[in-house]
Amino acid sequence: MTAPLDIDGPAAPPRSNGELVFAEPWESRAFGMAVSLSGAGAFTWADFQAALIARIEAWQTASGEGGQWNYYQLWLAALEDVLVSRSAVSAGEVSARAEALAHRPAGHDHAGDHGHRH
Amino acid sequence: MTTVNGSGGRIPPALRTEALEQLLTERGLIDPKAINEIITTYETNVGPLNGAKVVARAWTDPQYRQRLLDDGTAAIKELGFSGSQGEHIVVVENTATIHNVVVCTLCSCYPWPVLGLPPSWYKDPVYRSRMVREPRALLAEMGLELRDDVQITVRDSTSEVRWLVLPERPAGTEHLTEEELVPLVSRDAMVGVAKVEAP
Repeated sequence: MTAPLDIDGPAAPPRSNGELVFAEPWESRAFGMAVSLSGAGAFTWADFQAALIARIEAWQTASGEGGQWNYYQLWLAALEDVLVSRSAVSAGEVSARAEALAHRPAGHDHAGDHGHRH
Repeated sequence: MTTVNGSGGRIPPALRTEALEQLLTERGLIDPKAINEIITTYETNVGPLNGAKVVARAWTDPQYRQRLLDDGTAAIKELGFSGSQGEHIVVVENTATIHNVVVCTLCSCYPWPVLGLPPSWYKDPVYRSRMVREPRALLAEMGLELRDDVQITVRDSTSEVRWLVLPERPAGTEHLTEEELVPLVSRDAMVGVAKVEAP
């Protein structure tokens, strides 16, 4: 029952301090949104943390130690959970907007900083 | 648990994040420029170097060391480090016979002002569960072999207490100044998964 700690993979414990803080740009946006929103009083950090713990627990129940672990996916889900619970957004709205973004034509305007790179 | 699509659905998280940021920006709840500043802060300004300065000061100033052990948050603030996730830092000292190691069993609590954001392995379910069940074996796998007579204490960080380890000052560094000690102190030593080595 003892799973090995991933010594060489993406979650490996580094022997130096040279690890990237965020693996992908969207992770940094999801992080920044949570910090900014709690700082502005949209929710308390304790509320966000409770949502994150719930998402992590649910993942562990569903996946055990064999599933694909992605911390910031759970972070993002927790962020949506607290925002939905405060009616700041609805899950359907986020999905609909994401679908629309998925179908935007190639070569769309990149003037805005919207957190992804090509 | 709700069964909303969340980010576990088929929509890639990058798109879902972008959609969420657009909606929140349109509603005036966030400002993308402020998000940029937060990201820059944690990517470039706040990191383990802050904690290393705290440790080096404690090693060279006995009175500061005592203040640090008595009230971590206040002593750390003396050096100018404070902010999110730094409100309740408690510092514990490692010695030749007592070894503290930090974990957050429920999520990823971590003293951001002194260590920056936690590394991937700290958030990993394997580290979070095994460090509690079999710390000596896991530390050995991570490269830290502790003698059997060293007592290991696992410290579980929460929103109420965020632990920071004051590593043992290595032998052979007595002649070094505070400034010379700073680069020796690694993040891993301040989490308790490594020791500080003399240069």
